[in-house]
Amino acid sequence: MARFEFELGDDHRLLAPIARTGPKFWALTAALIAVWLWGMFAWFTQLGKGLQVTGLNVPVYWGLYITNFVFFIGISHAGTLISAILRLSQAEWRRSITRAAEVITVLVLFFGVGCVLLDLGRPDRALNVLKHPHFTSPLLWDVTSITIYLTCSTIYLYLPLIPDIAILRDNLGKRQWLYRALALGWTGSERQQRLLNRAISIMAVLVIPVAVSVHTVVSWVFAMTVQPMWHSTIFGPYFVVGAIFSGIAAIIVAMAIIRKVYHLEDYLKIIHFNNLALLLLVMALLWFYFTFAEFLTTFYGSEPSHMLIFQSKVSGEFSAYFWTMVITCFVIPVGLLANNRTRKTIWGPVVASISVNIGMWLERFLIVVPSLSNPRLPMEAATYHPSWVEWSLLAGFLAMFVLLYAVFTKFFPIVSIWEIHEGREHSVAEVTERVASYLPGAPESSHAPEA
Amino acid sequence: MARWGMVIDLDRCTGCQACVVACQVENNVPPTGADQAELGRSISWLRLAVREGGEHGGQHHAHLMPIPCMHCDNPPCTRVCPVSATQSDAEGLVGQIYPRCIGCRYCTTACPYTVRRFNWRRPEFPEPMEKGLSPDVAIRPEGVVEKCSFCHHRLQIARDRARSEGRPLAEGDYVPACVETCPAGAMYFGDLEDHNSEVWRASRSPRAFKLLEELGTEPKVTYLSKGEWGGKV
Repeated sequence: MARFEFELGDDHRLLAPIARTGPKFWALTAALIAVWLWGMFAWFTQLGKGLQVTGLNVPVYWGLYITNFVFFIGISHAGTLISAILRLSQAEWRRSITRAAEVITVLVLFFGVGCVLLDLGRPDRALNVLKHPHFTSPLLWDVTSITIYLTCSTIYLYLPLIPDIAILRDNLGKRQWLYRALALGWTGSERQQRLLNRAISIMAVLVIPVAVSVHTVVSWVFAMTVQPMWHSTIFGPYFVVGAIFSGIAAIIVAMAIIRKVYHLEDYLKIIHFNNLALLLLVMALLWFYFTFAEFLTTFYGSEPSHMLIFQSKVSGEFSAYFWTMVITCFVIPVGLLANNRTRKTIWGPVVASISVNIGMWLERFLIVVPSLSNPRLPMEAATYHPSWVEWSLLAGFLAMFVLLYAVFTKFFPIVSIWEIHEGREHSVAEVTERVASYLPGAPESSHAPEA
Repeated sequence: MARWGMVIDLDRCTGCQACVVACQVENNVPPTGADQAELGRSISWLRLAVREGGEHGGQHHAHLMPIPCMHCDNPPCTRVCPVSATQSDAEGLVGQIYPRCIGCRYCTTACPYTVRRFNWRRPEFPEPMEKGLSPDVAIRPEGVVEKCSFCHHRLQIARDRARSEGRPLAEGDYVPACVETCPAGAMYFGDLEDHNSEVWRASRSPRAFKLLEELGTEPKVTYLSKGEWGGKV
C-alpha cells in the first residue's frame, strides 16, 4: 500500500477541522441551507411564472442577475490569479493563503455561470450555445473562456492538494475511500515531486492569461455594443482591475473567518493580512484611476446620450449608489490601508475588504443598469427596482457559496500542509542563498547563464 | 435582389395609432394587460413614441413618431446573438427564430432603438380574440424575444401568388399591415433597389432623415419631416 512518509509535527493542527465537527458547524449549515431553500423557492417561482417575477422591464432588460454575474466572475479572480502570481514570483508568504484563495475561485465560478442561467428566458434551451454557436457574440466568448478558466482553476486547485490528500489518507481514520482515490497513490517520491512541481508551474503560467481573458471578455459583453457608457475601450482592463480588486478583498474576508473559526492565528498572521492589504491598496488606487479616466473622458466629451447616463450616476437617480461606491471602493480602503496603524491589524484590512466588496457590487450594478435605463431614444427611459425573487436568489447563492466553502474545509486542509512544510524545510535556506546571490561579490546563481 | 424599406412621413402622421393596432392584430401580439403595462412590459412591434414639445401659443405640443424595427443593413443585434437566433436574410430583413432563442436578451440591450420585445410570460389571448388569431404568424412562447418582421409572412404569400400567376413580384404586392392601414397615407413601403418605386423617391426627399444614423447602423426605415424632428431625438 502506498504511503507518504511525512512528519506532520505541529501542523497536525491543520487536520483538526477535518477530524472533528462541532455543533456550531451544524448550526451554520442549517442556517445556510434555510437561506438556500428560500432561494430555491424563489427560483421555482421564477421557473413557473417566467421572468415577469423580476423587476426587469423595457428597456432595463438586464438587472441584478447580470450584475451578480459580473460580480461573481470578478471575485473568482481572487484565487487562481493571485495565487499563480504569488507562486511564480516566489513570494514566500503565499504558502498559507493560496489554497483558501483557490477554493474561492472554483466555487464562485459556478455561481457566476448560475447567474447567467437564472437570467435566461429559456434556461431549457441553454445548450443551444453548443448546438448553434455564433462566434461573433461576446456571450459565446464568455462561455468559452469561463469554461477554460473553470477547468484550469479546478486542476490548479487539485494539483497542490494531492500531497495533502495523501497526508489525510495516511493520518485520518475516516473517508479512506475518498482520500485513497484522490491521492492517486502519492508517496512523495522524488519523481512524483518533480512531476507535481512541474505541473503546478505549468498551470500557474497557463492560468494567468486565461484569468485575464475571462474578465476582459465579460467586459466586452458590454463594450462591444454601441450603448452609451458601455462602448468604451478601457472596459477590458477596467474590469480586470476591478476583478482583482474585489478578489483580493474576498480572500482577506475568507482568511479572517478561517483564522478565527479554526484558530489558525499561527498560520494566517498579521503579516499575511498586511501584504494582501498592500495589494488591495494598490488595486484601490488603480481602480480609482480607471474610474476617474472613464468619467472624465465622458464628461469632457459631453455627448448628450452619454451625459444623460453620466448625470444619472453622478447627480441623478443613481447618485446615492454612485457616491456610496466612491466611498466604499476608494475613501474607506485607502483611508484604512494607507495608514500603518490600521493596516497592520486584522480588523483594518477586513473592514476595508468588506467595504470594497460592497462597493464593487455597486460598481457592477452602476455599469449594467443606468446605461439600459437611459437608452438612446429618451422616450423609452425607465427605472428598475429588483424584485424579492432577484434578491432571494442572490441571498441563496451567497448562502450556498459559504456553505460549500465551509464543507470544503471539512474535507480538505484549508492551509496547504506540505507547502508550509516545504517552506520550513527548504525555502528558508533557499531564500537566504537567493538574496545573497543578488549582492555584489557573490557568484552568479545557477539560474543565470554562464558569463 | 430586393432591399425592403419603409418611409414614414411625420408631416402627414396624425398619431392615430391605427398602424400600432393593425400590427398587433396582424402579428398575434398578445395583450399584456394593464398590470404588465404598468411595469413597462407591454409588447408592441411598432410603437408610437411621444416627445413632449412644450407649450406654444396656449397649445400643448407633442411630437409623434411611429417606430418599427429599422431592419438595419448593419444590425447591432444580430452580431451579438450567441445562438444565431436573429439574422438578416438576403433581402435585408432582420428576423427572429423563436424556437431557437434562449431569451438572454443580449439583442434587446444591443439595439439602440429599443424595438425588441421580450415575452415576460406566456401569451394569453382573451376569449373573443382567440378566434381572430392570424394563422400565418406563429405565437411566441414565454421567454423569447420577438420583433417587427416587416410582416415577412406577407412577402411569402405575395411571392407564392405571383409565382402561381406566372409573373414577377410587382410594386404593392408586398406591403406590411401598418403601411396598408395608415389612414393618413403617411407610410410607404417597397423595394429600395427599385428606383422607380414610390418608396425610393420618398426616401430621397430633402425632408428625409434616419433615426440615430450617426451610429452607422444604416436603417432601412426613413423618416420625412420639415419640422423639429429633423434627425434629432
